[in-house]
Amino acid sequence: MQLIPCPWCGPREQTEFHYGGQADVAYPDDPAALTDEQWAHFVFFRDNPKGPFAERWFHSAGCRTWFRAVRDTRTYAFLPGSSA
Amino acid sequence: MSTPEQPDALWRNPEPKKSYDVVIVGGGGHGLATAHYLAKQGITNVAVLERGWLAGGNMARNTTLIRSNYLWDESAAIYEHALKLWEGLEEDLDYPILFSQRGVLNLAHTEQEVRDAVRRVEANRLNGIDAEWLRPDEVAKVCPIVNVSGDIRYPVHGATYQPRAGIAKHDYVAWGFARRADQAGIDLIQDCEVTDFVVDGDRVTGVRTSRGDIGAGTVALCAAGHTSVLLDRLGIRTPLQSHPLQALVSELLEPVHPTIVMSNKVHVYVSQAHKGELVMGAGVDSYNGYGQRGAFHVIERQMAAAVELFPAFARAHLLRSWAGIVDVTPDASPIVGTTPYENVLLNCGWGTGGFKVTPGLGQAFADTIAHGRVHPLLAPFSLDRFVTGALVDEHGAAGVAH
Repeated sequence: MQLIPCPWCGPREQTEFHYGGQADVAYPDDPAALTDEQWAHFVFFRDNPKGPFAERWFHSAGCRTWFRAVRDTRTYAFLPGSSA
Repeated sequence: MSTPEQPDALWRNPEPKKSYDVVIVGGGGHGLATAHYLAKQGITNVAVLERGWLAGGNMARNTTLIRSNYLWDESAAIYEHALKLWEGLEEDLDYPILFSQRGVLNLAHTEQEVRDAVRRVEANRLNGIDAEWLRPDEVAKVCPIVNVSGDIRYPVHGATYQPRAGIAKHDYVAWGFARRADQAGIDLIQDCEVTDFVVDGDRVTGVRTSRGDIGAGTVALCAAGHTSVLLDRLGIRTPLQSHPLQALVSELLEPVHPTIVMSNKVHVYVSQAHKGELVMGAGVDSYNGYGQRGAFHVIERQMAAAVELFPAFARAHLLRSWAGIVDVTPDASPIVGTTPYENVLLNCGWGTGGFKVTPGLGQAFADTIAHGRVHPLLAPFSLDRFVTGALVDEHGAAGVAH
């Protein structure tokens, strides 16, 4: 099974983790000021690259930390040192 | 049941011309079907560009379920349009596709699932779609090998039944469309990857490919899991997320399974192909991925679900498993229609369920290209719905995968 590098626990089996999608999607500073289109992009629109992708992962069956890691969507390999 | 006599070649292998009236990007089921229906409209200066071999992506990897029992009017309309075309497709293509209307059971295992399922049956009937609610004893009559006893973890409380649902031989479907498009003079060009677009203001005048630039009057994208890679070149953002979706087959068995059974709750669906292998699938792997492979624990879970529902399968051997790349949307409905570029049309987001709509999409998308306006059956599926909020939420009917 693929091992996922948890920044606290080290490499653990994939089934211990929950996927959180694209990382670095910040909640808007002033949501009420957003147009419908801007709001749609915040809620629904995400990058979908073929290659390195910065993602959120949740170690749900372990230390229960949310963390960020970069994974290549072609090979599924986590980039060394990218979890934080 | 006979398989077709194959001639040496079903289509030419032409060199790309300098330009075409219509360039279809993606030579899978949707691209080939769109080409066929364009030819029926008299539009034949058309190229289908395929980066690999014809119908070698999701068209070769899907589990061939065909049904139209979706909840909302918008989905029911397009999927039922497709099902009606499936019912006449062998004649239209003059090619056997082994379309077998053996029906589909969607099992309900909880009180809430029963309520949702009965609601969907009523909605289907209002849309003129054949649908019935079956009690457990009636489920056992349709499919005797389903475990309807009360002593399993998630007992079967009943099922929706669509008798006109079925399966078809996916390769024959693709070859049938390809042969007809080729006969009409449409160029099917393999090993031709579209890498970029030639843009002039708000028009795309051509595509850049691994075999040189090709001019295009209209560009129609039918690239499924790779749609985002193409749209990134045009700076168009979508809510698409590409995921691995796995499926598997058992060794060949005697005919034991007369229909199709789907279960959202225990999460598996099973049919038996003409040759005798059990064909099974479930949900996507959780993370985004373009690798055409998935994790084994996903297969393990769906095997556990299959054996719970079908104790007779406990000693069947898994023969092989594989994965495709499915382009999933937030509301489990497709994205079809116009883009900010006036001559670029989008067809994507069918996610885990694009095979069943192949002829319906092909016909309506070709009609859209031919008449320069979005076909009414496709209009509800615009990219704009994520801004307006007019989502077509089909997570219930899409279920375990479509």
